[in-house]
Amino acid sequence: MSTGPDVPFTVLPCGSAALMLELDSLDDVLAIYAALADYPPAGVLDLVPAARTLMLHLDPAQTEPAAVERAVRQVTPRHGDRTHGELVEIPVVYDGQDLDELGSLTGWGADGVVERHTGTEWTVAFCGFAPGFGYMVSDSGGFDIPRRSTPRTKVPPGAVGLAGEFAGVYPRESPGGWQLIGSTDLQTFDLDREPPALLTPGTRVRFLDKRAT
Amino acid sequence: MSTGRDAATDVATLTVVEPGPLTTLQDAGRLGLASLGIGRSGACDRESYRLANRLVGNEPGEVVLEVTFGGLEVRADADVVLALTGARCPGLPHDAVFSMSRGSTLRLPPPVSGLRTYVAVRGGIDAPEVLGSCSTDLLAGLGPKALAAGDALSVGPAPKAFPNVDVAPVAEPTAGDVTVSVMRGPRDDWLTDQGWAALLGEWYAVTSESNRIGIRLDGPALERAKDEELRSEGMARGALQVPPAGKPVLFLADHPVTGGYPVPAYVLEEDLDMCAQLCPGQRVRFRLSPSAL
Repeated sequence: MSTGPDVPFTVLPCGSAALMLELDSLDDVLAIYAALADYPPAGVLDLVPAARTLMLHLDPAQTEPAAVERAVRQVTPRHGDRTHGELVEIPVVYDGQDLDELGSLTGWGADGVVERHTGTEWTVAFCGFAPGFGYMVSDSGGFDIPRRSTPRTKVPPGAVGLAGEFAGVYPRESPGGWQLIGSTDLQTFDLDREPPALLTPGTRVRFLDKRAT
Repeated sequence: MSTGRDAATDVATLTVVEPGPLTTLQDAGRLGLASLGIGRSGACDRESYRLANRLVGNEPGEVVLEVTFGGLEVRADADVVLALTGARCPGLPHDAVFSMSRGSTLRLPPPVSGLRTYVAVRGGIDAPEVLGSCSTDLLAGLGPKALAAGDALSVGPAPKAFPNVDVAPVAEPTAGDVTVSVMRGPRDDWLTDQGWAALLGEWYAVTSESNRIGIRLDGPALERAKDEELRSEGMARGALQVPPAGKPVLFLADHPVTGGYPVPAYVLEEDLDMCAQLCPGQRVRFRLSPSAL
């Protein structure tokens, strides 16, 4: 059932071209992701880390899920090099439509939400949803934000939101169910930049209150 | 963007007269970028895509046109060699190499059966790559825009290899009901026994809200065993995702990299090209693959 004593995982089937590992914590996901990203098993095309899972896409012409599973069990997970990522500062105007409601919901007040958002360092754990959408986790923890009960059909680009343990910035207009607390002019995805995604896994992030400066 | 054949650079072009309902450029897709939130995309019916390139003697990864439900009309501004595969358009050579002479036009009527026709040109279509691929990803908004009237498509230099297959005998997409094989997926415990009985016993109709992202199916709602929120997790082509309303969605080429609804089952890889050819109104029944029990 496990790779080493500290990173147990379960393997879940996802057809013949993918498989998924389910782990106990985001740290465990990132530890095994770090190891596999450095040395991907033969025939593995792509890795998708998420909150408690890691999906491996594979080429069925080259390998099969059982062979990849055997290879993954040989991997030594690599814990905790989160502090080595590049630091990106994101200036935010805290004028989000959900800020006041979220302030009452959490009991922190609108100012308290902003203080907590700017007062911690965040790390991009993984990307998903849309190109360049980074799921950021707080280094000090303490966030457990419910999603909106009805998602918005249109969230503007640059919207800064919270959901669950994560903070995020919408790279482009899209539907979305996160609680919106502010907005930024910073382009988080730009095809003319190399790499196009600013918020890649491991990147450290500080949100700056634009009103305060 | 010149028209006709330029003697110095030997560039041929195809001019789009009518794009039809949806014609996009596709190749084998973007690989290795999922951790940035970027999916593979690429041709929906991969086998027809590969065959089209092979018929005209192209390298396997060349850029072709993916035509959705016919309607495309192109004019050749030089002599070109091409092949159509996938959904057969009546009155045109299919799964076979043919040529168009300079100034002639080709119009694809709606297919007899199937949804997506692939048009490969010998030399491939020369288009700017976005993150290593020319594929249009409709979900991510990456790659070239869908073709529009007046677009000029440059044809790449002819490969050294000559076409060595004249006609390829390939089973054509069916217009009738289909049975599709599935295996249990990562969240098979999110359906009740009744949910599983419905999924494996009832017919599900392909709705018109289907596209390159996925096929939205309509039929008896699948009863879920759990109501809680699932943490977003990776998705692959072939996922049968079940949103709260219980009507399954089958993910195709432009599926999201991650998703927050449970996937109780995956369609087997070998049936996915067939699914990419399903038209609105066709019905699907799923059966649990004996090899995947």
